[in-house]
Formats: sequence, structure tokens, C-alpha cells
Amino acid sequence: MTAEANKIKPTQRKNAVFSAIVSLCIAILAGFIVLALYMVLARGLPNLWASLHTAEIMFAMKLSLLTSLASTALCVLFAVPVAYGLTRFNIKGGGVLSMIMDIPMALPPIVSGVALLLLFGTTAFGRWLTAIGLPLVFTVQGIVVAQFFVNMPYMLRVMRSTFEDIDARMEFVARTLGCSRSQAFFKVTLPLSKNGLVAGAVITWARALGEFGAALMLVGATRLKTETLPVSLYLNMSCGDLELALAAASILIVISVLSLFIFEAMGGSPAGITRGTGWRSR
Amino acid sequence: MIELKNVQKHLGVFHLKDINLAVEPGEYFVILGATGTGKTLILETIAGLYRPDGGSISHAGRDLQNVPPEERDIGFVYQDYALFPHLSVGENIGFGLKLRKQDTTEIRAKVEQIAGLFGIAHLLDRYPGTLSGGEQQRAAIARALMVEPRILLLDEPLSALDPRSKESFKRELKRVHQLLKPTVIHVTHDFSVALSLADRIALMHDGSIVQVGTPTEVFRRPCNRALAEFVGMENIYMGLADGADEVVLNEGLRVAASCGDRSGQVNLAVRPEDILLSYEELESSARNSFKGTVTEVALQGVLARVTVDVGVPLVSFVTTQSLEQQDLAAGAQVWATFKSSSVHVF
Repeated sequence: MTAEANKIKPTQRKNAVFSAIVSLCIAILAGFIVLALYMVLARGLPNLWASLHTAEIMFAMKLSLLTSLASTALCVLFAVPVAYGLTRFNIKGGGVLSMIMDIPMALPPIVSGVALLLLFGTTAFGRWLTAIGLPLVFTVQGIVVAQFFVNMPYMLRVMRSTFEDIDARMEFVARTLGCSRSQAFFKVTLPLSKNGLVAGAVITWARALGEFGAALMLVGATRLKTETLPVSLYLNMSCGDLELALAAASILIVISVLSLFIFEAMGGSPAGITRGTGWRSR
Repeated sequence: MIELKNVQKHLGVFHLKDINLAVEPGEYFVILGATGTGKTLILETIAGLYRPDGGSISHAGRDLQNVPPEERDIGFVYQDYALFPHLSVGENIGFGLKLRKQDTTEIRAKVEQIAGLFGIAHLLDRYPGTLSGGEQQRAAIARALMVEPRILLLDEPLSALDPRSKESFKRELKRVHQLLKPTVIHVTHDFSVALSLADRIALMHDGSIVQVGTPTEVFRRPCNRALAEFVGMENIYMGLADGADEVVLNEGLRVAASCGDRSGQVNLAVRPEDILLSYEELESSARNSFKGTVTEVALQGVLARVTVDVGVPLVSFVTTQSLEQQDLAAGAQVWATFKSSSVHVF
């Protein structure tokens, strides 16, 4: 080989520098995230077992589980028909409707909370709800509604892209085989959307577990009353009980990471559901 | 009889303009047209998946305007089969019967029977994703036939198959049609498919039906130049009809033809397989015989496409065997002969 060929050409050097910069960015970002999580887990995990048995963390876990499951169920119940209608019925102004229903995702949760507080706290509608035994301000039901309002768009987006990916002609064929519209939906489209449904529900549930801002505005942060895991973290952080605070944080981290794995495994993509709008911090 | 009267439909880039069709019970009817002419849309409109913007569709005298697809008694097979991926092949085929709440063992027996007819009985427990194109196609047609529709709509059912399975599948389709006798409306862009299967063919161009006839009629007597090209008339010329039995081509060649009552400027077409090539002038009743030079020989499987310049380029199909025997090559001087009855004037 000649010396000429062994010489590193300027373009090669440029390429090497470019690759190095890209790799460095990846390393910095991954390191940053892992390090931050490690700080919590390193101090939270050792005391986790003991903390789990305190009445407060037990209460927060139960309340978080209960409210997040309820709000996720509500999200699924609404997202499925709404997403189906928006993708299959040629609704005039469907694009605008879709955007309206995505707004809560783009809003800061605390603003959503204020909006809900005004709706349920100051109007005749709110008073009527209280009268029929469904008060939403400062109550556990309120937490469910806050989570529902904030997380609905996530479920909706996953379901919309799921239904869009299912060939409408599958339903056409089912119709010619004798299905009514609803039969075609329940026998063909719904089974085919199973993965999207599970992925969407898991990510919605994980977000509901961490919901803080909107619920804080609507139901406050009352110890052992409206104390979900994030609220517990907040209250214990404020009064300096680091052990309990980090225990709550650790639980939330573990659940979030797990659900992210499940979401990915079901073929969902978090990038897909946050497309176009910011993935707001909790 | 299924009848379309002035059916119009606009959907996206497709536009059906005043479609008029009448298909007899038990008939194998092929709609032939280039891709993108709206053939699938016709089928979807007949099936009731789209409502026509205008006109009417009726079946056995009954207006289908307000009849939903599930009550039309129409089976549909898409080009890419649209088998339900979450169901096994057997469940796919039995889907319609299960919907009608038939007894499970009875369904199983019927599914096995029709699967046997299509040679896919061994695949019933597999899932569609693991099947070849031909197998999926058979499953899709079996699924549609299972509910015994009076009309079967086929959207390019052969286009995704390789040439060999296409041939055998054509025979199968024909056999199944003769056996079960549903009314079939089959859309395709493939002329050979239409020729071998159709009782009648409708030629579609740019969203309209331009000609309906038996395969021979459409094949031999296309009604306009675009169709003539489409059905493989290689030799299409313009000329002046001069009297009742001769056309003078614009290039000056005089061609004997029966012009009927046509006169003035006409199109003239000759099928390449109707032209004989020989070194000596043939002693025959054929009245058109022209001497020319071979300009090109192109092999196309069992046939060779030979172009002879006789004043106009004349394309003839010759078997490769006779190509070798006659030692035809570019530069050869030959006679091109065809009957006046082979000349189509339009």
C-alpha cells in the first residue's frame, strides 16, 4: 500500500468528527437520565420495604391504584368509540374535533386543574353533581376526573393510529359476509386493535398514576384523604421526610419504566402519541 | 339480473361516469380496464360499501338503494384478499356461517368441503399470514362463497399470482363457477384473464363503460383506437375507406377489407396472429399480400414478434419453431399475407 493511500483524507476526518459528536450527545443524554434516576433509586430502594408498611404509603398506593384504574377504564370507554368514529365516519370537521380533544395534552396540567375546578366548583352543573351525590371538588372521584381529563388524549391518539392502521376493507368484507356495522367492529376491528388497546391503556394508566397538577388544583393535597403517590411525594418532600418521599418516588419510577417496556412490547410508540405536541411533565 | 343504471360516483381521484350494466344470473361478467379507471370502486358501489352519487342499482328487480351490504347477498374478494389476520383459515372461511349461528360441527363440515374444492383443506388451522398468495386467494374466495351469495364480486383476484399459479387458478375459477353458478362480476386489467373466463366483457375507460360484448367481439372488433391497443391489436392504422371493400392507408397502402357502410376516414386494425409470413407469395384466397423487409425480431416466450416494413410497419406473431425453420431474421425479404376478413375497420 502506498503512503498516499494511508494518509487520512480531510473528508474522512470530518466524518470522524461528526460521528464523535453524535455519539457524545447520545452518551450525555443517556448518562444524564440514568444518573438522575439512580439518585432517587439509590436512596429510595433500601428503605422501600419499610416504607411500604407505613400507613401513609399504603394509603397512597391504594388510592393511586384505585383512581388510576378507574380513570384508565373511563379513558378506554370513551377513546374507543370516539377514535373509531373519527377515523371511520367521514365526519365533517373531524380534523377540528380531533384537535379539540387533543388540547388537554398540550395544556399544563395545572391549567386543566383550574378549568375543572371552575367547572365543578362554581357552576350549576357542579352543584347538581353534588346534589346527586357525585361531588368532584376535594373528593376522590375528583382525582379520577382530573386524571381522565388530562390523559384522555393519550389513549385517544393511540386508538386513532391503531384504527387508522387497520384496513377499512376488512370491515367491508365482514359486511358482505353478513355483519352489521357493530358486528364488523366487534368481530373484526376490535380484535385486531388488541395490541394498540393494551399499549394505550398501559401508558394511560402509568400517566394516571403520576398525575399531579390537575388533581392538586381540583381536590387539593390532603394527607390520608386525597393523598396519591405523587401527592405523598410532594407532601413528604415539603416537610422533610425524605425517606417516605423517595419511597413514593421509587415506586413511581419502577411502575413507569415497567409500563414503558410493556408499551414498547405491544408495538406502541411513545413518539407516536406525543407527535406534534409536547410531552408535558407531570 | 343485476342492473346498474346511470350510476355515478366520485371518490378521491376516481370518478364513475354514467355506468350502465346488466349482468344476467349465472353469468361470468368481466369488467376490463387499465389500472386506475375506477374498477374497484364499481364493485364497492355494487356491494353497497359506497352509496352512488346518482343512478340506481337493482338486483332481481329490487332497488338496492337502501339495502345495507350485509343484506345484499353479495360476496366480495379483494385484490389483496383481506383475510382476517386474527382468525385461522378455517375460521375465516366459516366466518359468515358462524355469524348465521349455524351448528359448529355443521360449519366445520361445510368449511372442509369447500376447502377441499379449492385444495386448501390442509391449511385450515394455519393463519393467513403464513400462506402463499395463491393459498390466501383460494381462502378468500372460499370465504366469500361459503355464504352462497347470489353475486360474487372479484377484484383482480389473479393479479398477485405468479404466471403458473395464475393458469391453474383460472381453471379452478372456471370449474367452481360452473359448479356453483353464482353470478360473477370480475374486474381485471389483464386481457388474457378476461378472454379465458368471461361470458361477456365490458371494456372500461376513464370511468365509463365503452363497449360490452362477448370476448370474441371485444377481441376482434374493439370500438375505438385506445381499446384496440388495449386488447393487443398491434397493427392499427388510419386510412380512407374507398368503396365498400378497400381502405387506402394514409401511407398509401391499399388494404382489402369489408368496410360495411363506413366511408371516409376510418381506423383499421389487424391482429398480429392473423398475419402469415413467407418467402414466396402464397397461393391462397387471402387478398392482402405485401412484400417487405423484416426490421426486427423479438422473442417473447413461445411466440416471436416479427416486424415487417411493407410501407407501414406490420407486426406478426410467429411461433419460435417456424422462426427457426424459416430462418427469419432482420433484413430478410418476406411476404406478409392476411385475409380481408381479418381486417377490422372502425
